[in-house]
Amino acid sequence: MKGLKTTMIHLLLVAGIAIVVGPFVYMILTSLTTDNYSLPSPHKLMTDAKTLDNFAQAWGKNHFQLYFMNSLLVTAATMLFSLALSSCMAYAFARFSFPGKELLFRLFVFTLFVPAIINIIPQFTILKALHLVDSFPGLILIYVGSGLVGSTFFLRGFFERIPRELEESIVIDGGGRFTIFRSIYIPLSLPALGTLAIFSFQGTWDEFVVALTVMKSEAHRTLPVALQLFRGQYVSFYGLFFAASIIALIPTIVIFLVFQKQFVQANLSDGSIKN
Amino acid sequence: MRRALKQYVQVSPYLAVGFALTIAFVLYPMVKGMYISFFHYNVIKPETSESAGLANFGRVFRDPMIGTALRNSILLALVTVPGQWIAGVLLAVLIQVKTVRLKVVWRLVYYIPVISSWIVVSYLFRFLFADGHEGFVNYLLVDVLHLIGEPIGWLQQTWSANVVIWLVSIWKGVGWVMVLYLAALQSIPRSLYEAADMDGAKPATIFARITLPLVRPLTAYVTINLINGAIQAFIQAYAITQGGPMDTTQLLNTYLYKQAFQYFDFGYASAISVCLGALIFALTYTQQRSIGRDRIEY
Repeated sequence: MKGLKTTMIHLLLVAGIAIVVGPFVYMILTSLTTDNYSLPSPHKLMTDAKTLDNFAQAWGKNHFQLYFMNSLLVTAATMLFSLALSSCMAYAFARFSFPGKELLFRLFVFTLFVPAIINIIPQFTILKALHLVDSFPGLILIYVGSGLVGSTFFLRGFFERIPRELEESIVIDGGGRFTIFRSIYIPLSLPALGTLAIFSFQGTWDEFVVALTVMKSEAHRTLPVALQLFRGQYVSFYGLFFAASIIALIPTIVIFLVFQKQFVQANLSDGSIKN
Repeated sequence: MRRALKQYVQVSPYLAVGFALTIAFVLYPMVKGMYISFFHYNVIKPETSESAGLANFGRVFRDPMIGTALRNSILLALVTVPGQWIAGVLLAVLIQVKTVRLKVVWRLVYYIPVISSWIVVSYLFRFLFADGHEGFVNYLLVDVLHLIGEPIGWLQQTWSANVVIWLVSIWKGVGWVMVLYLAALQSIPRSLYEAADMDGAKPATIFARITLPLVRPLTAYVTINLINGAIQAFIQAYAITQGGPMDTTQLLNTYLYKQAFQYFDFGYASAISVCLGALIFALTYTQQRSIGRDRIEY
């Protein structure tokens, strides 16, 4: 009875995987076939000879490598700055008291419910005032600035669950608040920070609308924008487009595999203090 | 007064830079957006913009396209929020069962759609649901399963096109819900279940009476995010249908983007955006209240 139930669950999970992975299999098969002047029929996909030609072509065509490096630069910088800044802010909200703290935090949370898309116009005017339109620092500033509230909100909860008793040893050794922050809060929040790193990388790597609006010159394009134009240019080269898409997916998957051990696990500090 | 000042000085190294950036790129744009919504805004020469009073908002309520877009956005939320939640929670519960093996693998594979790029995934679905026998879904339904006689022109009709947009939204979001609930389920002490097990409670009862109440703060967080994501959905419609056929699959967000960046009517677009924000706020209000309130202690 128990064995039957377990088998049923496994079968259900496998069926689910077919739905999740199926589209990707289709994408990979298409990217491995050439001469697709119309969308290749599923029959052709199964029987055609497979080749990596599309990948070589996609990688070499249309400054793809330049756009890839642009995206990598922007994404890495955004991830780094937003992790550093949001953990500082979350620490401020979790462990400092100052007048108006909760009011300010509520105001922050409120902004999460305002549609982000229309912010682009005023954001653009600010970049213009700073002479940062069509530049990487400008784009990174927008990404970092608009993501901070969400990350701070996410991290504050984790920081508050860390028992204050842990701070005592540092205080006894004469350490200040920054030492406490660095040697208690950061190490104990690695699961949360790892999760945020994944979210931040993925969100930035994938971002389309802001990059399309802010970056004007061709040499400054990021990958999602390039991919969209790529599709317009090579309308019927399905294999080529999918090969480019697959290359674009690889970095996010790598980052996910790197951080996945840290990824949303139960809080590490549980059990560090006995009541 | 002195004390307050001292507190600000102490906290400012941690808060100042992030606060400045948030003001510049979130709070100021938000206020400015509301301000713009009262003008016939001129992008090229903002100083020549004429005041519009409430005209932009009046237009929001008279514009028949808003009705269509609102209908599509609400339907998207009604279908995809429960869809993602039920499938995600079900997966988490199944994977969490003690006898299930390879837990890490399931978690990893089901999460792949979440980390995939929206643009890529949207085009992928557009091709999967292509017309004629070339489209994989048509091929599956007509030539393999023989469920229907003729291939469907999925993206040619309003409702089937909407279905494709819903499917991609659910498909991409399920893993996110699953991962969060897996983490939460793991942190519930086993002892709570053992007692229920001994009393012979059914799995469904255990889930409704023990699990769900214990993860209520997470449920609030997840629901808010799903509703927010559904009402602010953009790329899936932009990439799959471009609002077509005949603008009947526009969402509020794609329609306001069109007003802003195709017709450069920023005043009107901002007015739509303000209404959209109010809508999201209203829809998530009850959940928002429960977020800070419940702190579950075991």
